[in-house]
Amino acid sequence: MQTKDINEQIAWAKINKDVLRSMENPRSGYWIAVGICVAMVLVAILAEIYQYNAGLGVGNLNWPHMWDLYIATFIFWIGMSHSGTLLSAILHIVHADWRKPIYRFAEAMTTFSLMTAALFPVLHLGRVWNMYWVLPYVSDRGLWPNFRSPLIWDAFAIFTYLTSSALFLYVGMIPDLAICRDNAHGWRRKLYTVLSLGWAGTDRQWRHFRKAYLLMACFLIPLAVSVHSIVSSDFAMSIMPGWHVTTFPPYFVAGALYSGCAAIITLFVLLRYFFRFEEYMTIPILEKTVKLTFAIAMVWSYLWIIEFLAAWYGGHKADVEILVSKFTGPYSPFFITMIFCGTVLPFTLAFERLRRHLPTMFVVSLLFNLGMWLERWMIVTPTLAQAYHPFAWNVMWPSVVQWAIVFGSFGWFGLLFLVFVKIFPSVSMYEVKEMVYHRRRHVVEELAVKYHRRAGDPQPVTDNPGT
Amino acid sequence: MSLKNLLENWSRYRRGHEQGGYHDYEHMWAMVIDLDKCIGCNACSVACYAENNLAVVGEERFARNQAMHWMRIERYWDEPDLERAGKLEHGEYQQYGASFLPMNCQQCNAATCEPVCPVAATYHTPDGLNAQVYNRCIGSRYCSNNCPYRLRFFNFWSYYETSWPKPLDMQLNPDLTVRDKGVMEKCTFCVQRIRAAKDKAAREGRKVRDGEFQTACQQTCPTTAIVFGDLLDPESQVSRMWRYYEVELGKTEQHKRHPERRGYRIMEELNTDPCILFLERVREV
Repeated sequence: MQTKDINEQIAWAKINKDVLRSMENPRSGYWIAVGICVAMVLVAILAEIYQYNAGLGVGNLNWPHMWDLYIATFIFWIGMSHSGTLLSAILHIVHADWRKPIYRFAEAMTTFSLMTAALFPVLHLGRVWNMYWVLPYVSDRGLWPNFRSPLIWDAFAIFTYLTSSALFLYVGMIPDLAICRDNAHGWRRKLYTVLSLGWAGTDRQWRHFRKAYLLMACFLIPLAVSVHSIVSSDFAMSIMPGWHVTTFPPYFVAGALYSGCAAIITLFVLLRYFFRFEEYMTIPILEKTVKLTFAIAMVWSYLWIIEFLAAWYGGHKADVEILVSKFTGPYSPFFITMIFCGTVLPFTLAFERLRRHLPTMFVVSLLFNLGMWLERWMIVTPTLAQAYHPFAWNVMWPSVVQWAIVFGSFGWFGLLFLVFVKIFPSVSMYEVKEMVYHRRRHVVEELAVKYHRRAGDPQPVTDNPGT
Repeated sequence: MSLKNLLENWSRYRRGHEQGGYHDYEHMWAMVIDLDKCIGCNACSVACYAENNLAVVGEERFARNQAMHWMRIERYWDEPDLERAGKLEHGEYQQYGASFLPMNCQQCNAATCEPVCPVAATYHTPDGLNAQVYNRCIGSRYCSNNCPYRLRFFNFWSYYETSWPKPLDMQLNPDLTVRDKGVMEKCTFCVQRIRAAKDKAAREGRKVRDGEFQTACQQTCPTTAIVFGDLLDPESQVSRMWRYYEVELGKTEQHKRHPERRGYRIMEELNTDPCILFLERVREV
């Protein structure tokens, strides 16, 4: 059984070669995947054009179901963006170096899911063409957006997060882009020359780079918590039963990290399989990610239980009614599926054999995300279906137009990601080398002695049991 | 478009909102609806359609809950309170007829729809009205989601295209607009009539008299169940009724000296501070 995160004997050249190979010569499977994604996006664009021209009624939105899948999917994508930051910034600060082979694609996932999420608040508007009115630009008429509205906070939070996570992704990639530049020809060489900003790998550059990267990581960490808290205030700041919940900010953040970690597992399995990254995305690293996911799943489960207990013991009639209707009402199949996928299924992660089994982890992580998507839907819709005024109680099922746009968003995300993995290195070459280098110090005896190990450090391991 | 403009408007905005909106109201338009007088004839609803250019959406869209009735008569058949009190057997209530509840925008003074609008398309006017600016609305629909009464209606389609086939478009009220798809709308207390009356009073150099104008629903109600007027005018019929029924604005709970007096406001415990006073129906049982 493999226990080491990475084989510390890998040669630098092999790392470069393996990662650069993954960026070249797309096979037919790649083009098929691109084709599917493009088709999904096209269908969504057609649906959106239809909706734009005809009005939001085509989505089967009605009174009182003013929001539905769009906002639920918006929260889902925002949530998915959080784990990239967790892996790249938080684990960077706490020196968890097992993140190094997998943080790059996680961070790309962050940026792309934010780019997907940002579409939804725009296209769910009744008058899309006036969307820029939510931005505080200086206008002749002295009109401002309403700074008390959580939707405005959303706009600020998303733009801040999108900008900083895209920059963080880019800055962290500069040394790798220089490697690509040195190995590329044609248009790629031109592209990487521009993007690598003249990186030569001098000491001075590395020092500045380290500092900048650390500062950006520190800047991103509060964002990872605040962005989804702000998104949750769309609901927590309203007065609707089932939305007006004090624990929503931590609940949303936990759910965000949860679905993000699940997505990382999914992409981990896919990249490992298709790009032959077995030596970098190793089973022990997967296992660590999975353990993290399990912990987050338990936090999330705890928080929803708290939320429901608070509603139940709070005894507010409308709150209790919504709670009961979630379990027994028309949406109950989805709600129970959500609880199963989100809370019961994570217990498969408690078994080591399953944690190390890639196909199981692939399926289970997809189911986690299904559960998390349902969770968002089950936050938005039951409250609309059954709020304070009984005359306005109504059940609505979304039409094919809504579903097309929701599925299209997955195609859009997939397309961005597919383009990314063929243009940018999806494994951080320089950080894997760092990781290998540090591991070597511990394993190779001469090096361990040479680097003046302090008293109390673990003794160097000369033979590697179990490998 | 200058820094001066920016700073001035910003500080004006800040000052207005720190104090929670307007306090020096010119008027405080309010309503009293007597449920004992309401016979559920829906005339008020029809009048509202005619006065406010409400789109007629057709049967199919009505069934899909996409109708635009600012004033709606809610019909309730069951009386769980009476059943629970043992005064009625289950199912016996029908012989006493349905209960009707006319609902139009409650014009809340602490309206939950106002703070959530991202572009401030809904705000409080110095008249105590909860105004909706169609031109400013971008259709995020957050206001409707945050309205506990669900009294805001959204233009899910371009209703005007089919709502008034020629020559029915000739019946449209020229005093106000026809709304296109993508904006929210709701009862305005017939703001065009308020506007006209205020303008007339200003021209004649006097205050608006009580009863000088009526809202369309009030005008049409055959049983005069609806009374409308200015709460800041102590002599208006509305003020006198609010005083008699011992209901006050700005409270989440009314402590009445005479609890037998029927007036109540719907869901005032949510601190929405609605401006419509309902008079409870007196049951025979």
